Amino acid sequence: MSAKHAGGPTAAAGSQVRPGVATAVSVSQWSRSATVTVAASGVAAAVLITLPYVVGTQVTQPLVTLFLLVAMAALWNLLAGYAGMISFGQQAYLGIGAYAIYLIGRAGVNPFAAIPLAAVASGLAAAGIFLLLRPLTGGYFAVASWVVAECLFLYVTTQGWLGGATGAGLQQLSAMAPLVRQADTYWVALAVMAVCVAGVYLLVRSRFGLDSRAVHDEPAAAAAMGVEVQRTRRMAYILAAAGAGLVGGVLIISSLYIDPGSVFSVNYSADMLFMVVIGGLGTMEGPIIGAVIFFAAQQVFAQYGAWYLLGIGALAIGVVLLAPAGLWGSLAGRRGWSLLPVGYRVRPAGQGAP
Amino acid sequence: MTWLNDTLQGIFLGGAYALTAVGLSLMFGVMRLVNLAHGDLAVCGTYLVTTVMAALGAPLWVALLIMLPLAFLFGALLQLALFDRALSTGPMAPLLVTFGLSVMIENLLLQTYSANVRGVPAGRFDVAAGHIGGLVLPWLSVLKLVLAVAVIGGLSAVLRLTAWGRRVRATSDDLAVARLQGVRVRPLFAAVTGIAIAAAALAGTLNAVTTGVDPTLGTLTLIFAFEAVVIGGLGSLWGTLAGGMMLGVTQVLVSQVSVPYATLASQLLFLVVLAARPQGLFGSALAVS
Repeated sequence: MSAKHAGGPTAAAGSQVRPGVATAVSVSQWSRSATVTVAASGVAAAVLITLPYVVGTQVTQPLVTLFLLVAMAALWNLLAGYAGMISFGQQAYLGIGAYAIYLIGRAGVNPFAAIPLAAVASGLAAAGIFLLLRPLTGGYFAVASWVVAECLFLYVTTQGWLGGATGAGLQQLSAMAPLVRQADTYWVALAVMAVCVAGVYLLVRSRFGLDSRAVHDEPAAAAAMGVEVQRTRRMAYILAAAGAGLVGGVLIISSLYIDPGSVFSVNYSADMLFMVVIGGLGTMEGPIIGAVIFFAAQQVFAQYGAWYLLGIGALAIGVVLLAPAGLWGSLAGRRGWSLLPVGYRVRPAGQGAP
Repeated sequence: MTWLNDTLQGIFLGGAYALTAVGLSLMFGVMRLVNLAHGDLAVCGTYLVTTVMAALGAPLWVALLIMLPLAFLFGALLQLALFDRALSTGPMAPLLVTFGLSVMIENLLLQTYSANVRGVPAGRFDVAAGHIGGLVLPWLSVLKLVLAVAVIGGLSAVLRLTAWGRRVRATSDDLAVARLQGVRVRPLFAAVTGIAIAAAALAGTLNAVTTGVDPTLGTLTLIFAFEAVVIGGLGSLWGTLAGGMMLGVTQVLVSQVSVPYATLASQLLFLVVLAARPQGLFGSALAVS
């Protein structure tokens, strides 16, 4: 799958040497389309930042949902698409992040300022839980991570200091002027999405990205080539959990309330799976597109009940069986498009980017 | 004496878990397929039974006799239409497809039957019990345990003694070689999944006589079934029975001390076994990889 990405600059440069032809090649991880994408993202971010001054909460409220969906899709893709670990238990870290904000808020700290601590809490928890999940792969890993989330849910429902089964409210923020609070929530959600997407992108472009894709494709071969398989998996797992902690923090801030039954629901993992699979597992662009499709379906069809989830589920199954690269992967793979390149490209020196 | 009776009730509960899990165990053993829609398919069977009972005014056993062949057919069709293809697509595809199917079924049931809990009326049978000394024998629980032992014993005998069973074992050992030897794998897989789904639907329906059924029940059904399979050891049907009983006994004994922690305790038991012995109690280390 990632054969086209594999091979560092050295290997790629060596294979280009032919007698009588200019031996110099340029190796680049960047492209003109990537410059355009990043510039466009900058403009889009600037527009999105000013949005609360321009439009009302009927626009910004749904956008908070969209931002969180994009962030969750990017994070789940880091796990499943790059590091090869399907987890149905990421809701555990949404919950830990949310409850961390609840506890920190109760201690008198401004919940908005405490959002990074939600990532720390979830990341630390993930480091511990990974010790248990470490030897597992495939379906074992998927269901065991789900059981861990289920255990956290069952535990929280028995704990009075966490609000038990009825949940816990973030009373401190109820005193804020709603308009200010909603605008702040919007900005925080936007920031969380930016951090998650940019973070995953930078990670995937780094040495870690090469390692993780090697682990995803063929763990035994990757280990034989000197990739530290478990360290790569652990890093992906902890970072994906830390990101989920951020999302969980925004969840409690935006609804002012956390209910263990919904925050620890496996439905979050189902949504993540659908978005990533439909958009394109193991691509940067796919999960974002999948999140937009999921969000659009939710907004348009939610009034008719949960039927849209049947459509989304059928679409996801169809994609897995008929176009495993996902919508973006199938479209872009054939045409060689890449808005956010992660691999290396080799060209004879002197030729500009296409 | 009470603890003895509690242990007995735990064993009965374990029988119910094992009956639910045997299909999952069989599918994993034969095809290396973790069917994440297993619990929801069991719930589907239960809803079919309640619908048949309401429509025909039939008693439970008649509705079961109508439902079981339909569940078998549905399982076989699922295998032919979806799972075969998922298995040949790659290691992740079966997980993604069966999980997607699970969400679809749950929401379909939610839309069709609403989120309310439905009962499965079984006449006087649902609470009737015998007594021996201080031991209580709830007949329904006894029936589930007997059925679990019968289904597992029957399947083991078929796998060990018949020509079909030999082909199943050969396919489980090495799919490619079995194919070379002339085993027609597609109908074989379809039959295996048909049996698995029918057993799950039977278990789901009998469990629902006590607890009722709602569309979200499939999630916990799957988790308990998966835990029984893993604790017992992958690919070992008798192991699944033992795994179910360990879960059941743990749950009942802990519930005597603290009800809220009962479910949590059985989940933790699973995680402990997973950490200490990932291949399960009766599985070989080979089965994990």
